[in-house]
Amino acid sequence: MGETKNTYIIELKEIEKEYYGNKVLKGVSLAVKQGEIHALVGENGAGKSTLMNIIFGMPVIFNTGGFSGEIFFEGRPVEIKSPREAMELGIGMVHQEFMLLPGFTITENIKLNREILKDNIASKIFGPKLKTLDVAAMRKDAKKALNELGMNVDEWLPVAGLPVGYMQFVEIAREIDKKNVKLLIFDEPTAVLAESEAEKLLDAMKMLAAKGIGILFITHRLNEVLAVADNITVLRDGEKVGTMRKEEASIEKMAQMMVGRKIERVEKSKGRVEKNTEVILSIRNLYVDMPGEQVKGVNLDVYRGEILGIGGLAGQGKIGIANGIMGLYRAKGEVYKNGKKIELNNPRKAMENGLAFVSEDRRGVGLMLDESIELNIAIGAMQVKGMFLKPLLGLNWIKLLDERKVRENALKYIKELDIRCTGPTQKTRQLSGGNQQKVCIAKALVLEPDILFVSEPTRGIDIGAKKLVLDLLVKLNVEKGMTIVMTSSELGELRSICDRIAIVYDGKIEGILSPQDSDTDFGLMMAGEYKSHSREEAL
Amino acid sequence: MKNLWQKLVDKYGYPKVFITILLIILLIIAIIQKQSVYGLLKDSLVRIGMNSVLVLAMVPSIVSGTGLNFALSIGIICGLIAGCITIEMNIVGLKGFLTAVLISIPLSVMAGYLYSILLNKVKGDEMTVGTYMGFSVVSLMCIGWLLLPFRNPEMVWAIGGRGLRTTITLANKYDKVLDRLITLPNVDLPIGTFLFFAVCCFFIWLFLRSKTGIAMMAAGSNPRFAQASGINVDKYRTIGTILSMVLGGIGILVYAQSYGFFQLYTGPLMMPFAAISAILIGGATARKASISNVIAGVILFQSLLTISLPVINRMMPEGNLSEVVRIIVSNGVILYALTRVGGNE
Repeated sequence: MGETKNTYIIELKEIEKEYYGNKVLKGVSLAVKQGEIHALVGENGAGKSTLMNIIFGMPVIFNTGGFSGEIFFEGRPVEIKSPREAMELGIGMVHQEFMLLPGFTITENIKLNREILKDNIASKIFGPKLKTLDVAAMRKDAKKALNELGMNVDEWLPVAGLPVGYMQFVEIAREIDKKNVKLLIFDEPTAVLAESEAEKLLDAMKMLAAKGIGILFITHRLNEVLAVADNITVLRDGEKVGTMRKEEASIEKMAQMMVGRKIERVEKSKGRVEKNTEVILSIRNLYVDMPGEQVKGVNLDVYRGEILGIGGLAGQGKIGIANGIMGLYRAKGEVYKNGKKIELNNPRKAMENGLAFVSEDRRGVGLMLDESIELNIAIGAMQVKGMFLKPLLGLNWIKLLDERKVRENALKYIKELDIRCTGPTQKTRQLSGGNQQKVCIAKALVLEPDILFVSEPTRGIDIGAKKLVLDLLVKLNVEKGMTIVMTSSELGELRSICDRIAIVYDGKIEGILSPQDSDTDFGLMMAGEYKSHSREEAL
Repeated sequence: MKNLWQKLVDKYGYPKVFITILLIILLIIAIIQKQSVYGLLKDSLVRIGMNSVLVLAMVPSIVSGTGLNFALSIGIICGLIAGCITIEMNIVGLKGFLTAVLISIPLSVMAGYLYSILLNKVKGDEMTVGTYMGFSVVSLMCIGWLLLPFRNPEMVWAIGGRGLRTTITLANKYDKVLDRLITLPNVDLPIGTFLFFAVCCFFIWLFLRSKTGIAMMAAGSNPRFAQASGINVDKYRTIGTILSMVLGGIGILVYAQSYGFFQLYTGPLMMPFAAISAILIGGATARKASISNVIAGVILFQSLLTISLPVINRMMPEGNLSEVVRIIVSNGVILYALTRVGGNE
């Protein structure tokens, strides 16, 4: 054991990858030894998943032009072209979303496609395709794998009814049952687990490492990293920021490395507003049932005339807040605007009360792709406020579309927001992402809202357009005094234009920071370590 | 040449271009066969008028996002019931026709409302569900026609005196009241029917430009967008379905006055398909339709049917090949259009 301890199971050298001209990995090197737990931490979009996809030979990598750099497996250079080749080498992967067949038993799931077979009469006559399953042997193997993980669940139970924690273990059991497994990749395995389950999982990881299996552990729960990892690599924007040994690491240090200084500009003229603390919108105990972005009891006050940022990692619920208030997903709780309660689960009421929303799902929710720009801009105000309508032959109860006003309005916004198009009748499908976003913003502005909710305003648009959109938001805020609540996954963007930034973790507000606060604080909050950490310091 | 072809296809779509070419070829053959082209064209116009309102009935259902109304037969049945009621009441002439239209409206509204409850529960599968819903209701009404308490001896079976006949003649009732509403000397065309169709089109056109109509269009174009714009999507789908059924009911009465008969029992079974083919040939898709699609479609599709029948029968006197051609064309067009539901991305 002693001599093999120092050989690397896998070594990645100078891995680079780009998607459509967008570099997501910029020369990342990484090495995992036998029996080592190597943690890989970073924000969303730092390149963790891409790196894993490369190691596991996922087709998405090769369909987008492959990657450059070298991979050595047990000292030999290898080319991993498919998940199957990765598995044959001895790489196992525990996915974030379970890859299990719910109707099958635990044993069947563990042994899927690697079933133990035995002969019968038919197979002797017609060939090996007709061999029967050796259920007893399969169960024995499954039981053994489960026992290794410290699980005593009956191996004949169907997966469907199991608690999520157990499913995660079944998934791991499947990987360790593969006889030659040498490297296991855990992709945010604790994301869906309760704390006690997570602890059990970490124990299992340590035990597997003790058997000589190398483990690559991707997570953004920093305390877990400290609890189990031997070495830690931090990625940021596709670059390796640093690798450190466990002894050198601390939560602050990791948090700071994760977030980094990446504020390009602070655009707002400083002396603009004296601090206004008049509450325009107050959110109390808001729960939103948005799949993947659950909000679990948010309390938040929005001040008049500010730009409030809502940040946090993906899946923590930041997106759900605006969607819940605007009535697009089922919500409960209380929202008051100027002290007046706003009815939830009713988009119309929200809009009538002076709220407007620019959705993160531009093509799905934000636009009618097969309709003209002018109609897209006008329709919300038409339905909610009765604008752009004229009576038919003086009859007030028949309201017809007032094409002239719709056209004038569209031309005004095309000019004001600089929407690049062939004209107001162009279909929105034909516009570029940035211009589509401007149409969405125009649609919200026509409602003349007091508060504008903007979700992921720069997602999927190119850098030049990004700056334009952000400048536009600042302009609206400064010139029209519009209160803006901006939700974004890009912390740098929030820090460049917001007055305050609320960080969401696990469906709740973890804390509110000023854009000038330290990277460490942002990192800690996004990882959900802020409160517990400051408590420790106080002790 | 290739460029011209490409331009035509881009502008009008394959179905329109192909059907037009087929139509021209048929007309040339008809001339070679020395058939009466005037007669063929006149027959075509009659059939165009006859079917026009039924085709128009597809517009509200497509625009509101429930797709092609394969269950239009439900509306058709409502129209037929209304027609039978006016015959029972012995109201004849234009008054009879208009009474039938008025009676059919509340029936269609009710049927459309109930059907829309179902449609709002099967979003995404409206067309499949609709097809079988239509078939089921037609079959159910086969029992209904036997049991409904109509007494007028002109409608019920001569022997036994119970149950409606499969075909009820409208002679002396309101046979051709619209067709012959306006007559010009030496011109025997269904001007009145065209006028009636034009009025219907105008109302639908107005409706589509009203606040409600635009909300309905948004609900059909992108339901999630509509919801986010404060539009109650289900409500507007219901309105679209009801409107489609009402037009279906009126459509069959227009059809019957021109044809001269009510066809009960399995008569309405395949009628939605003809209307669907027509609007699709006119350039509509399962998501987008306009009045101009209706007009172009009904003209192309009905002329094709009318002209192909005598031409092909003359070419091959044995069998009913023209019927086969009709089925191939109408189902082929539906098939083509359904593969295009996702748009031309």
